[in-house]
Amino acid sequence: MEYFLELLLGGLTRGSIYALIALGYTMVYGIIELINFAHGEIYMIGAFTGLIVAGLLTMLGFPGASILAIALVCAVIWAAAYGYTIEKVAYKPLRGAPRLSPLISAIGMSIFLQNYVMLSQTSDFLPFPELIPEFGFMKGYNSIMSSSELVIVGATILSCIGLTLFIKFTKLGKAMRATAQNRKMAMLVGINVDMVISATFVIGSSLAAVGGVLIASHVGQINYFIGFIAGIKAFTAAVLGGIGSIPGAMLGALVLGMTEAFATGYVSSDYEDVFAFCLLVLILIFRPAGIMGKEKTQKV
Amino acid sequence: MRVKLSLIALCLAMVAMLAACGGEAEKIEKKDAQGDVETGEVAAPAKLVLGVAGAHSGDLASYGLPSINAAKLVAAKLNAAGGVNGAMVEVVSQDDQCKPELATNAATKMVSDEVKIVLGHICSGATKAAMPIYLESEIVVMSPSATNPPLTQSGEYPNFFRTIAPDDAQAALEVSFAKGLGLKKIAVIHDKGDYGKGFASFCKQFIEAEDGIEVVLFEGVTPGAVDYSAVVQKIKGSGADGVIFGGYHPEASKIVSGMRKKGVEIPFLSDDGVKDDTFIKVAGKYAEGVYATGPMDFSDNPVYQEAVAAHKKEFGADPGPFFPEAYSAALALLNAVENAGSTDYAKVTEALRTKYVDTAVGKLKFDAKGDAEGVGFSVYQVKDGKYVEVK
Repeated sequence: MEYFLELLLGGLTRGSIYALIALGYTMVYGIIELINFAHGEIYMIGAFTGLIVAGLLTMLGFPGASILAIALVCAVIWAAAYGYTIEKVAYKPLRGAPRLSPLISAIGMSIFLQNYVMLSQTSDFLPFPELIPEFGFMKGYNSIMSSSELVIVGATILSCIGLTLFIKFTKLGKAMRATAQNRKMAMLVGINVDMVISATFVIGSSLAAVGGVLIASHVGQINYFIGFIAGIKAFTAAVLGGIGSIPGAMLGALVLGMTEAFATGYVSSDYEDVFAFCLLVLILIFRPAGIMGKEKTQKV
Repeated sequence: MRVKLSLIALCLAMVAMLAACGGEAEKIEKKDAQGDVETGEVAAPAKLVLGVAGAHSGDLASYGLPSINAAKLVAAKLNAAGGVNGAMVEVVSQDDQCKPELATNAATKMVSDEVKIVLGHICSGATKAAMPIYLESEIVVMSPSATNPPLTQSGEYPNFFRTIAPDDAQAALEVSFAKGLGLKKIAVIHDKGDYGKGFASFCKQFIEAEDGIEVVLFEGVTPGAVDYSAVVQKIKGSGADGVIFGGYHPEASKIVSGMRKKGVEIPFLSDDGVKDDTFIKVAGKYAEGVYATGPMDFSDNPVYQEAVAAHKKEFGADPGPFFPEAYSAALALLNAVENAGSTDYAKVTEALRTKYVDTAVGKLKFDAKGDAEGVGFSVYQVKDGKYVEVK
């Protein structure tokens, strides 16, 4: 029973990690039907920003918890700036182009960012400081769930609730939903669609940066390539849940994380990816739009 | 018209092909002529021929050419001191391009040239192909680089020796070290790669062959995955009292820090993919106490330093890969001939197995199967942020 609980919580952590990244994929897809392959790189850039800021603050002698907070804020701002710029540079000029063009542009951006970080930073693995403090009340439960895992799960839940409320009740959130439903119609009723799209990229990138800093601190190492695998897994989660749907991305990420954890725990970690992708295939056979995706009639 | 044109083209192509063949035939003839001259020299008295076989051209030439340089340097050194048993050492090379089919040709050539000791071959596959020919003619062969375990362990080739540790030596050391630590239940984890999984499989095989120690978990992890908490839980759940990891440092540091964070304080042993300072840098305080095997350090060996200095003086460059091993092999072979008093097969192999010789990779002799004793790997442990050799 304890083993089951451990695996469950491990899967929950993993799922939360995927969810933070998957949200960015799914939001962008929902609005402009673009798979933003550079999203994993935004996550990586967020982590690097966190590392640089944390290093600086540690040198200046800031206390532990404030380092985490400041590093998070800086990473969010910096990554959001990257998200905004990428949209303006790589996707906006292609807004009217066939759907394949921005996709290629996204892949190009992803490769560019990876190599840019590799050249400007290093290709080696770098140690990431443990920014998340060990909580006193978690002492007895350390073997089941560490403090950093608790923080990651908590941050993901908070982000998800916040995002849902934001989209449901704020003006910008409503504009986003309107743009997602029908961009032309939204323009006609006076919504600044370009601004809405930029805002989507900014929000998605911020979430990815939060994930980047928390996960890097949990795992303890980063390099320029971490965004790739995390991005692929998060993308899978988004597709699993139904790309374009925000609750779908969260659910898909959780399902993916749990599947991987249980496949590792009860079968073998050799088959971790096999089970994850078998599940994806199965779900797509029975629900081609993903668990919570809506079937769309093809617009002619 | 078109038919005619294509006919002409065909003819031209045929001519070109013939010309190409002709060129090759000529080359082969030339080589043969060269060989004959060398054979002539072999027949002259007071000459001891050291054959050098391996990849001297082709893709892998960079692995084979240093062995010729090494043999020449050793020959020059011994000749300057009066030769071996009064005979001047001469180096004769045969190219196999690391290809098994060419290796058998090279071996046949060595046999017909009546070479008695051969330094080579370079690649395991080529070595394996050539060995039956050498064995039949009782030629002693010593490779500086063929690491395939069965070459020695199968016991098929009593005339084969090597100055490099076989692929599984690291795993054997790891397992015997784990046993020495008193570990009974081992979790063997690998990264699914050729190197990591190969190492882990050897470890598993050796553990299973031993009494009082067992494998309780054998698993591969996906490199680059976001976290390894499920595997860590599994290690914990398996009741293992030690972990052996085959792979590289990024995964090792994630697993070991995950284990320590979950309060799993059992020993963590790994391979030379982890014996890297980056591992200590990345894993930080969690790296403390981790064991890793790595190649023995022979950089302060005087023979090695002398060999490198001689190489720089003679060839004006730093030696290539497997140079220390090749230099040691040449030394060991010629030393054995000296000790045996002749190139008699039984006496030379006996000398190789019983008499120690000072070489560039350390003082060594060979075991019954042909692997060098005292060559290979040591165990290191992280202490205060540094890898320290465990004696």
